[in-house]
Amino acid sequence: MKMVPLIELAAVIRSKNAGPYELTIDILFKHEQDYLFLKEMRFFTKELFAQLYGIQTDQIINLVYFDPAAAVKCTMVRPVVSGSPGDTDIYGAQQHTPLLGLKIPWRKDDLTGDPDLQRVAGAR
Amino acid sequence: MKKTPFKVLAPTAILGYGFPEESFAKGLAQKPDLIAVDAGSTDPGPYYLGAGKSFTSRSAVKRDLEFMLAGALELSVPCIIGTAGGAGAREHVQWTESIIAEIAVERNYKFRMAVINADVSKAEVLQAMRENRICPLYPAPEITAEDVEKSVRIVAQMGVEPVIEALKKGAQVILCGRCYDPISFAAPAIREGYDPGPALHMGKILECAAIAATPGSGSDCVFGALYNDCFELESLNWRRQFTCISTAAHTLYEKTDPYKLPGPGGTLDLQDTRFEALENGRVRVSGTRFLPAVPYTVKLEGVKLTGFRTISIAGIGDPILISQLDSVLDTVSAQVKESLTGAGTLLFHTYGGPESPAAKSFGATRSQQVGLVMEVIAHDQNTANTICSYVRSTLLHFGYPGRISTAGNLALLYSPSDIQCGPVYEFSIYHLMAVDDPKSLFPIRVSEVNA
Repeated sequence: MKMVPLIELAAVIRSKNAGPYELTIDILFKHEQDYLFLKEMRFFTKELFAQLYGIQTDQIINLVYFDPAAAVKCTMVRPVVSGSPGDTDIYGAQQHTPLLGLKIPWRKDDLTGDPDLQRVAGAR
Repeated sequence: MKKTPFKVLAPTAILGYGFPEESFAKGLAQKPDLIAVDAGSTDPGPYYLGAGKSFTSRSAVKRDLEFMLAGALELSVPCIIGTAGGAGAREHVQWTESIIAEIAVERNYKFRMAVINADVSKAEVLQAMRENRICPLYPAPEITAEDVEKSVRIVAQMGVEPVIEALKKGAQVILCGRCYDPISFAAPAIREGYDPGPALHMGKILECAAIAATPGSGSDCVFGALYNDCFELESLNWRRQFTCISTAAHTLYEKTDPYKLPGPGGTLDLQDTRFEALENGRVRVSGTRFLPAVPYTVKLEGVKLTGFRTISIAGIGDPILISQLDSVLDTVSAQVKESLTGAGTLLFHTYGGPESPAAKSFGATRSQQVGLVMEVIAHDQNTANTICSYVRSTLLHFGYPGRISTAGNLALLYSPSDIQCGPVYEFSIYHLMAVDDPKSLFPIRVSEVNA
């Protein structure tokens, strides 16, 4: 079993407000096959995001696998409403970092793209 | 008889974000039927709606409008601006209107303009509450009469109906208060009989202009061509293009659910949307449906005044202090609370510093300096200033255990060390309001500019 860092498979990992009360995370994959494999194994779950962000699962509004963009999207309740006292990221644009260290258990044969050759984050 | 395709030039993601002249010229050469822009967002936070100010600069907005007005007048097509001034309240609309009037005088332009306001009075919202016509947009909390009474400004997001009405009145330039982002791009086509599904989805992408292309940019022009059952997107700069992925990915952007995009009067359904690559970096999008909702609802946005803020910014480099910073800040907080009971809210924000306990030992390097923002919010500016000053001086000279740097604990960034930030607002209303008539909340004023 190989542990593959998510940042090797993803072209985009980003966060942003979805209105002032919600934070939404998008993960766009470099290769559709990798996305489909993770979708098939249901690797991304509300529970996983709740754990990564240190929140209760009921604070996750939805988790969507979006085939047209080979993307996973997770939207959660903002712990502090945008701009309210205590908020430190008005646009919610720097809340993707808990995902950057994520590693995915993966049998080597399943890898469809060579992650070492595909480090072109954001180039899609 | 409607014209096919209906062509739209989208110069920039937000009015005032700018665009290259050559991209705009290339767009004009393709003879668009409409030049439209979105000027607003709630992303910059509650301040701008509360204070009635724009988050873009006046000169940058004027520069963009000069090109847009010149182009629209040259081609005799409408120029539509959505969510004037960033938040779309009366003050924001007036601000943008004064810029348009200034350009018209300077360049001797004459045109018919419609100004559509989107302010909603507290009385209207309270009335709607009594009639059970208000519901919160989860996760916003239920609305109370107190929330409404405390609100400084309330706006509603208009749909296509008021803009279509302004077009019927013969307006060439339409300046809208708060409106749903795709509206300024979609309203003229919907008026001509186009299916609202593709029209609104195209608007949803064009309102962000080149952000949906790759490489993305918030400051470049794109072109949309709307057909009966689909639309096509084209970058006006050879350096970028639309791809199926960049276009599909954009439907994720800032949205809760990429398959369902709710707006005034209904929802865009992307369940059967198809993205198809065309030659020359273009993309065709088809299959998006608009599902009308009954009753017709508009989104309300309101903010309330929370207090007044003063901050002070400093660096801390002493590793002995850094190693016990949390407890020092807690102690200072307690000391401040004891001296100035109930007068305000104190928040410390620390940036950087050593992450592991090992790195907190002696010998922390310069890169392990901690940035500290001391923030105070109080009911008036003077109180906020007083508390912040007290916090700063207390922390500056605080005698923590093991201290050897006895002359001062803070590398204060500025003189003056304390910065008055003025009023602080919070979002208080983020709710749906059901209306009988989609136009009733949005008064239209038509005038002959420079006549």
